[in-house]
Amino acid sequence: MSTEAPALRPKGALKSRVIRTLEGLGLEIFVPAIRLATGEDPGAQIRDLIRSVGVPLLSIGVFMILWASLAASVETSIGSVPGPTQVWTEAKSLVDEHYAERAKEVAFYERMEKKKAEWLAKGKTWKDRKYSGKPTYFDQIWTSLQTVFAGFLVASLFAVPIGILCGLSRTMNAAFAPLIQVFKPVSPLAWLPIVMILVSALYTSEDPFFEKSFISSALTVSLCSLWPTLVNTALGVASVDQDHLNVARVLKLPWTTRVFKIVVPSALPLIFTGLRLSLGVGWMVLIAAEILAQNPGLGKFVWDMFQNGSSQTLAQIMVAVFTIGLIGFALDRLMVALQRSVSFDGAVSA
Amino acid sequence: MTETTPVTESADTQLSIGFSMSEEKAVAPPPFLELSGVSKSFGEGAARSEVLSEIDLSVREGEFLAIVGFSGSGKTTLINLIAGLVEADEGTIELDGKPIAGPGPDRGVVFQSYALLPWLTVMENVQLAVDSVFRNASKADREARARSYVEMVGLGAAHWKYPRELSGGMRQRVSVARGLAMDPKILLLDEPLSALDALTRATLQTEIEQIWAADKKTVVLITNDVDEAILLADRIIPLRPGPRASLGPIFDVPLERPRDRTAVNDDPHFRKIRNEITHYLMAVSRQAARASSRSRVRKPDVKPLDLRPRSLPSAR
Repeated sequence: MSTEAPALRPKGALKSRVIRTLEGLGLEIFVPAIRLATGEDPGAQIRDLIRSVGVPLLSIGVFMILWASLAASVETSIGSVPGPTQVWTEAKSLVDEHYAERAKEVAFYERMEKKKAEWLAKGKTWKDRKYSGKPTYFDQIWTSLQTVFAGFLVASLFAVPIGILCGLSRTMNAAFAPLIQVFKPVSPLAWLPIVMILVSALYTSEDPFFEKSFISSALTVSLCSLWPTLVNTALGVASVDQDHLNVARVLKLPWTTRVFKIVVPSALPLIFTGLRLSLGVGWMVLIAAEILAQNPGLGKFVWDMFQNGSSQTLAQIMVAVFTIGLIGFALDRLMVALQRSVSFDGAVSA
Repeated sequence: MTETTPVTESADTQLSIGFSMSEEKAVAPPPFLELSGVSKSFGEGAARSEVLSEIDLSVREGEFLAIVGFSGSGKTTLINLIAGLVEADEGTIELDGKPIAGPGPDRGVVFQSYALLPWLTVMENVQLAVDSVFRNASKADREARARSYVEMVGLGAAHWKYPRELSGGMRQRVSVARGLAMDPKILLLDEPLSALDALTRATLQTEIEQIWAADKKTVVLITNDVDEAILLADRIIPLRPGPRASLGPIFDVPLERPRDRTAVNDDPHFRKIRNEITHYLMAVSRQAARASSRSRVRKPDVKPLDLRPRSLPSAR
């Protein structure tokens, strides 16, 4: 099939590919810059650039100025509310802390290796020990990301197949509908205690591969992020074009072919809309669960800082708030890119 | 051909025009597709309306039959009945001597809306049909078959494109290729060209005739275009407008093939047939309109508001 018709490469092929890739990743704001750089209708591109880059920058600037000027005037029990500069300083110190902690870890293992060699030379037995320093800010971010993806994955593994079944069969839909309607609006804070008790009752291993806290956070994320995927998948499957189903009937496609060649592909855009919503919900739920359960992650960082009550507390929590927001934004862009790559009609609402 | 008053007309119909009826052939070939007494209603209780009523139709093997009618007269329902996509309330439908049960690849359908799968390429759309019908053939054979039909409709160079990248005419070509590639006993064309512009339509009409002439499949074409029907079909049957639509008298089209669409315009036969069919359709439509205006359903007594500003000069 590939032997035929070598694709013609017009002059602008590279440029349009770059533009398409950027649009696919949801980074449309850079498109005018590229068009401008290649000298395509400068006037229009500059207007575009002002709208897509200038206006957002302006609004961020206004926000920063308001924040900086108003924050200092609010006094709390632990000092005044920090402005952007204090938050930025705190962010840098969290980064420094991370590197300092890593350096300590390296030093610890070096010392241990040295000691180990000495002890073994003397003919004594030796048992390796693990470095037990406190997790840094980046460790907490990494833990949270792992947890949210684990929970999201488990949720999707259940939600997509059940959603497909619900969409295919009215009976299944009738069976699941009441459960979905009742459990969907439940807050993560209500699930968490149940999940924690169940996990400590059922997950009893001497040398657990996963931490209990990890399991309970992840399962709470799953329970709350299940619903958008399930509902959207069911809707997508149920609203397959009747003409496409007629094609399947005329061809007498077997059940599996019908589901995997007709129904699922046509529902994919909605399935991915659901997944995108689910990941967003999961990320919000995770932070709450970590705060409530004291499970490692960004939520625990926020809680620890709160308990700390030092003069840096507010600035550190604000760093966390921005981190959570930016990661949430990045996750959403990731899902948009995935959604675009599977949607056949090229129309995805960003 | 003789000028007679159609016997199929009900007694109260007083139509002033005569119709050319097909004469009984001395040795009629056995019907390939036969519908007898087929009726179909939709809805329940008071809302129940009979769309098709007492349809008798026989199609000979290898013939090109066109059914013409206004939109909403139940044409698509008729095709869906033959395709097996909807089930008849009464009557029987037999293909090649066997009653049909549900849809199947022995009746290829070309849908009005193309019904191509947008996530598959041209080749993959045709391949899906070939793969499901010729399950036992080798992979190479199936691919060759799909390729040959894609090439037959002139899309060999565009076989890797997705439907959204194709024009309406090209999409319908893919749909025709898919319909033919499953090697059906009969090909059902459900207003295949009605969504296309006039020029594309004309090109595709010529192509459909060529394709049909090449392998002489039995074809049932549903259309609302009398010229299209005359250009393509051996016989034309008008569908009297619904509700309770039924088939009108049969019109033979004894024009030489291949039919040149420009030359045919001056052909006296062509013009005569066109006049007759058009007059027939107009007459039955007037009659249906009269019938419905006599119905007890009262129309809402509303007038459209004139929202034009007073000062605006009138359009003319």
